[in-house]
Amino acid sequence: MNFIGGIIDGVLLGGYYAMIACGLSFMFGVMRIINLAHGALAIVAAFGLWIIADRWEYDPFLALIIVLPVMGVIGWVLQRGVLERSARSGELIPILSTFGLAIVLENGLFEYFGADVRSLAPYVGSLSYDSFDIGGSYIGELAILTFVAAILLLGGLQLFLTYTPLGRQIRATAEDPDTVELVGVNSRFVNSVAAAIALVTVGLAGLFLGLRTNFDPYSGSLQLIFAFEAAVIGGTGSLWGTLRGGIVLGVAQTLGANIHPEGFLLAGHGVFLLILVGRLYISGPTLQTFLRSKIGGVFRAS
Amino acid sequence: MPLDSKITIQRWTGLSVGVAVAVAAVFVILVVGPSFLSGTALDRLTVLFIYVCLAAMWNALAGYGGMISAGQQAFFGLGGYLAIRLSEWGVEPYLALVAAALLAGLAALPISAIVLRLRAGEFAIGMWVVAEVVRLLVNLDPIIQGDTGRSLIALSAFDAAQRRDFTYWIALGSMSVMLAVIFFMLRSRLGSSIQAIRDNEEAAASVGVKVAATKRIIFMTAAVGCALAGGLWLATFTTFQPRSFFSIQWSAYMIFMVLVGGIGRFEGPILGAIIFFFIELWFGSAGVWYLIVLGLTALVFSLFLPKGIWGYVEDRFHVLLLPVGYRVRT
Repeated sequence: MNFIGGIIDGVLLGGYYAMIACGLSFMFGVMRIINLAHGALAIVAAFGLWIIADRWEYDPFLALIIVLPVMGVIGWVLQRGVLERSARSGELIPILSTFGLAIVLENGLFEYFGADVRSLAPYVGSLSYDSFDIGGSYIGELAILTFVAAILLLGGLQLFLTYTPLGRQIRATAEDPDTVELVGVNSRFVNSVAAAIALVTVGLAGLFLGLRTNFDPYSGSLQLIFAFEAAVIGGTGSLWGTLRGGIVLGVAQTLGANIHPEGFLLAGHGVFLLILVGRLYISGPTLQTFLRSKIGGVFRAS
Repeated sequence: MPLDSKITIQRWTGLSVGVAVAVAAVFVILVVGPSFLSGTALDRLTVLFIYVCLAAMWNALAGYGGMISAGQQAFFGLGGYLAIRLSEWGVEPYLALVAAALLAGLAALPISAIVLRLRAGEFAIGMWVVAEVVRLLVNLDPIIQGDTGRSLIALSAFDAAQRRDFTYWIALGSMSVMLAVIFFMLRSRLGSSIQAIRDNEEAAASVGVKVAATKRIIFMTAAVGCALAGGLWLATFTTFQPRSFFSIQWSAYMIFMVLVGGIGRFEGPILGAIIFFFIELWFGSAGVWYLIVLGLTALVFSLFLPKGIWGYVEDRFHVLLLPVGYRVRT
C-alpha cells in the first residue's frame, strides 16, 4: 500500500470529522447535552441539499444559502421545543428525547426518500474525482477543500466566541447559566443561539458528507459515532482539539482499511477505545470533567 | 408530626401481598400453558417474555442505575452469536443458549471497565460504539458468513412442537429469574446504593457507597439478561444475522417500553413491554410509519410524561404492586 498516501488521506478525512464533531462538542459545552439526533440532522441537511440540487438544479454549494439558515431555525426550535423542556427533568431525559427524535427523523426520511443511496457528487461537476498529483500520490481536490473548510469553520467559530459580545455571552453561559442571568444575560436566548449555531455547522457537515460519500436515511448513526469519537479523542486545550481528534480518527481508519476490509471501522473504534482507556485511567477524572475542562479551555483561550 | 409518634417502615402493603400471590398464580398458569394454548399463542407469549426481559434489564440500568444505554444490542447480539458458536462446538442448543448468556455476562466485565467511567450521554454513545465493535468482531468469525448469517442448525434435532414448548418454557423461566433477580437486588442494600448513585454519584461515594462495584453488578446482570433475550430470539427465529441482532432498533424498543411503561418503577417495564407487544402485533406491519410513531411516542413521553404511565398512576393513586422501596407509615 501507499503508506504516505494513506496518511495524507486520513489527515484530510479528519477535516470532515472535525466539522461534524464541532457542533456536537459545542452543544455539549454550552448546554451540557449530547444530542443523539446529531447524525440524523446532518443527513436531513444532506437530503435538503440533494433535493434542491436535484429538483431545481442548483449547485449544492449555492443551496447552502437556503439550507444553512433552515438548519439554524431547526436548531432554535430544537432547543426551545425539545432540549430545554427535557433538560428540566434531569440530565438523562434529553438523551431519550433526542434518541426518539433521531428515530423519527431517520424513518421520516426513509418514508419520503426511500432506501436508495444518494450523493451530492453528481451535482458539482468533476470536483469529487479531480485530484492533484503530488510526487506520485494523488490527492483529491474535494478532500483538500473539506479540510480547508473545516479550518475556516473552526477558526471562524473561535474568532466569534472570542471577540463578539454574543460569543462572550455564550462562553459565560457555558460557565454558569444561573450567574450570567444576574448580570443581565438572557441565558435562554443564548442557549437557543448556540443551538442554532451548532445546527448550522451540522448543515455544513451535511454538505461535505454528501459530496464525499453516498448516504441513505439511516447513515446518521455512524456519523454521530464518528463525531463523538473525534470529539473525545480531541484532547484538551482548544476547539482545534476536534481537528486533532478528527485527524487521529481519519488516519486510523484509512490505515486500517488497507489492512483488512473491516479495518476502516475497527481501527477507528479501536483507537477511540484505546485513547479513552488511557485517558480515563491515567488522568483520573471522569470524561465529563475532562470534556468540560476542554470546553472551558476553548472559551478561556484567547 | 411529633417525634415520639409511632413510625414504622413499611415494605409490603396488603395490596402488594395480594399482587404477589396473583403473580405466583399467573406464573403457574403460564407454566402449564403449552397444555392448553395454541402454537401461535405460545410463539407470541415467547416474544412477550423476551420483551419483558429486555425492558426490565434496560430499566434496571437506566431507571435505577442512571445508565442510559444506546448499546444493549451488544449483549443481545452476543447472546445469539455465542449460542451459535457453542452449538457449533457440539454443546446441546438449549444449554448453549444459557451458557452463552453467562459468557456474555463475563464479557461485560472488561467492557464495564471502560464504559462505566462515562457519564450520561457519553455512556449512551460509548455503549453504542461498543455494540458496533462487538458486531464487527463477530463478523470476523467465518461461520457467520458476513451479513448472510447462520442458523442454529442443532435445533432441527427437535420436532417443531417440542421446540416451541422448550423455547416457551426457557423464555418464561429466563424472564421470571431475571425479574426475580432484579426485584430482590433492588430490595437489598444494593438497590439503595444504586439509586443513590443514580441521584448523585459523588454524594453516594461520600457516604460510603462502593460506586464502581455497584454499577458493575447492575451492568453485568443487565448484560446476562439481554444476552438471554438474544439467545431466545435466536431459538424462536432460528437465524442469526449480525445486522438485525446488533441493530440499534433493539435499543429503540427498550427505550420505548421503559419510557412509556414508567422508568425507575419495577412495574413500569412490564407494562411497557405489554403495550409494545400489542402495538407491534397490530401495527408492526405498517413498517416505517410504525417506527416513526414509536420514536414520536418516546419523544412525547420524555417531554410531557417522563415518569411514564406507571409513574403517573403511582404518583396519583399511591399504589405499590411489587414493592422494591420503603414507605414511611405513621
